[in-house]
Amino acid sequence: MALRDELGPYFGDFGGRFVPESLIAALDELAEAYAKAKVDPAFQAELAYLHATYTGRPSIITEVPRFAEHAGGARILLKREDLNHTGSHKINNVLGQALLAKRLGKNRLIAETGAGQHGVATATAAALFGMECVIYMGEVDTERQALNVARMRLLGATVVPVKTGSRTLKDAINDALRDWVANVDDTHYLLGTVAGPHPFPVMVRDFHKIIGEEARRQVLELTDALPTAVTACVGGGSNAIGIFHAFLDDPAVALYGYEASGEGHLTEKHAATFTRGRPGVLHGAHSILLQDEDGQTIESHSISAGLDYPGVGPEHAWLADIGRATYLPISDDEAMEALRLLSRTEGIIPAIESAHALAGTMKLGQELGPDATILVSLSGRGDKDMETAGKYFDLLDNVSKDDA
Amino acid sequence: MSHVAAAIAARKKAGSGALIGYLPVGFPDLETSIEAAVALAENGVDVIEMGLPYSDPVMDGTVIQKATQSALADGFRVAHGFEAVAAITARVDVPILVMTYWNPVLQYGVDKFSDQLLAAGGAGLIIPDLIPDEAHEWLIESERTGLDRVFLAAPSSTDVRLKQAVDKSRGFVYAVSTMGITGARNDVDMAARVLVARLRKVGATSACVGLGISSAAQVREVLEYADGAIVGSSLVTALAEGGVPGLARAAADLATGTKLA
Ligand SMILES: Cc1ncc(COP(=O)(O)O)c(C=O)c1O
Repeated sequence: MALRDELGPYFGDFGGRFVPESLIAALDELAEAYAKAKVDPAFQAELAYLHATYTGRPSIITEVPRFAEHAGGARILLKREDLNHTGSHKINNVLGQALLAKRLGKNRLIAETGAGQHGVATATAAALFGMECVIYMGEVDTERQALNVARMRLLGATVVPVKTGSRTLKDAINDALRDWVANVDDTHYLLGTVAGPHPFPVMVRDFHKIIGEEARRQVLELTDALPTAVTACVGGGSNAIGIFHAFLDDPAVALYGYEASGEGHLTEKHAATFTRGRPGVLHGAHSILLQDEDGQTIESHSISAGLDYPGVGPEHAWLADIGRATYLPISDDEAMEALRLLSRTEGIIPAIESAHALAGTMKLGQELGPDATILVSLSGRGDKDMETAGKYFDLLDNVSKDDA
Repeated sequence: MSHVAAAIAARKKAGSGALIGYLPVGFPDLETSIEAAVALAENGVDVIEMGLPYSDPVMDGTVIQKATQSALADGFRVAHGFEAVAAITARVDVPILVMTYWNPVLQYGVDKFSDQLLAAGGAGLIIPDLIPDEAHEWLIESERTGLDRVFLAAPSSTDVRLKQAVDKSRGFVYAVSTMGITGARNDVDMAARVLVARLRKVGATSACVGLGISSAAQVREVLEYADGAIVGSSLVTALAEGGVPGLARAAADLATGTKLA
């Protein structure tokens, strides 16, 4: 069977549904509605129309030769998901699920968010469709991504700062799940990545696979060949699976996911799920996660709120297991250096999440050399990260004085 | 018959049904949580549901989350759960079901976890994020050890799923009173009454209702149609605020709801 044909609930040993019984009816209802929508030309046309007239698809690819000089001279092409409306790939999945929620007659959208990009995209769809919207966001993230909190509120969403556990993405998902268990009759949980119980991993992947499908055509058109490698950052894994998927059955194309290793994957402050984790259950799926001996989830750390997650989607766990994709750690410092480099050499400020893919690509380019072509998922833009970057690079006049 | 089912049946014979009390291990500390469980047994609680603190408890409301987070912060280990079960069963004759999320069991090793629980004198497991469809390994290990296994049934479950929950459960089937998570509520939904009736239709002989029950009056009301009433958050609050004596009073008060009027 082609790798592209996997439909869940399991990808090899990974996936499933490890959730309270109260959610099973809603997951079944969602899976059924999605199965219908998937083959319904009217649904697909409505989504395609929105992508063409609202999201701004297809997103372009941009060749970045000045950046590529720092990546072993390999040819580097960026898939510009940062140019989508709301500033990241997240909108691809959000519009798909919001349309499904409409079909299900559910007028209340809830979502978790880390970097705030998924929350902003969900709040945007709620505004567009006239739906109620509640976003759960870890308190740590509401602070480091304050600009996105303001955007969500301006769009009419309620943002709930989550104060339990690590006060980041993991705990935001817990609270969103609790809300959903209690309000499942009128509420759709618009999960923002390829994690969670079936059908989320497969459905969210399907809504994002347009990234790779477009990019595959665009690269072929530009270079007359498939890329040597495709790279992406991996939090839960939605932008990565989105760009990988079209290439899964092209065995000559290498696939690389870059996870956040924070202060270093050998320190205790990292989010390096593949490098330091092992199989287990978190947030409704059997996958790989950071956990202690007792199976308690270990809190992750990353300068990037969107990658600060101790788990990963089950399809990635499977792709790693069968050796189809490779997952490697990138530290805070490496990512920030790549962020600065792309800004200075190409005039493109990437999200800190996406900068992890860029940093990985720089290393990969050195390995592959100048004959290689590397397609990179530039999953989002860096506007939301200016405060973090300002502090990191000492760019803000008052900050540098105060900190001195 | 399983130890738990027998305890529930005996209480039904003697009165109106069983009172099942939930407390987490390690809150406010291991010693006190053991004393607290003993106090439950000595004050009219028929079955103890002992929660293992877990980092990501999606079925739990704020009261239980706060208690279990504090236990984790104080260094709770899964092995403490077995210690507590052994210490409690050495002192009082009450069946103990351990309530735990699935990952700690999976990481411990389902077989090893089952062996240790049995050796400690535990009666079985309630695993709120494990549905029968995913429970293959646990079904095998519970058959091997004879441990009880309690699956959940929700108002939204189809009849086919209710039947599956009843067929796969041993001890009792846990009827979720309302669509929600743990936490005291003022009225237990009408949904619980309907759910238990549906469970009876597919063959349930031991069905207990939980989520939201916090007063003797609610216990009495639930026992009109169910075999047991499960109380959690309000006991945790009583322990947090009044220590073991406060908890004992709360349990004794709740137990008046199980006496025939
Ligand atoms: C720009 C951007 N890229 C990547 C991610 C990580 O998510 P995923 O791994 O699901 O693509 C996020 C999440 O917030 C994001 O905002």
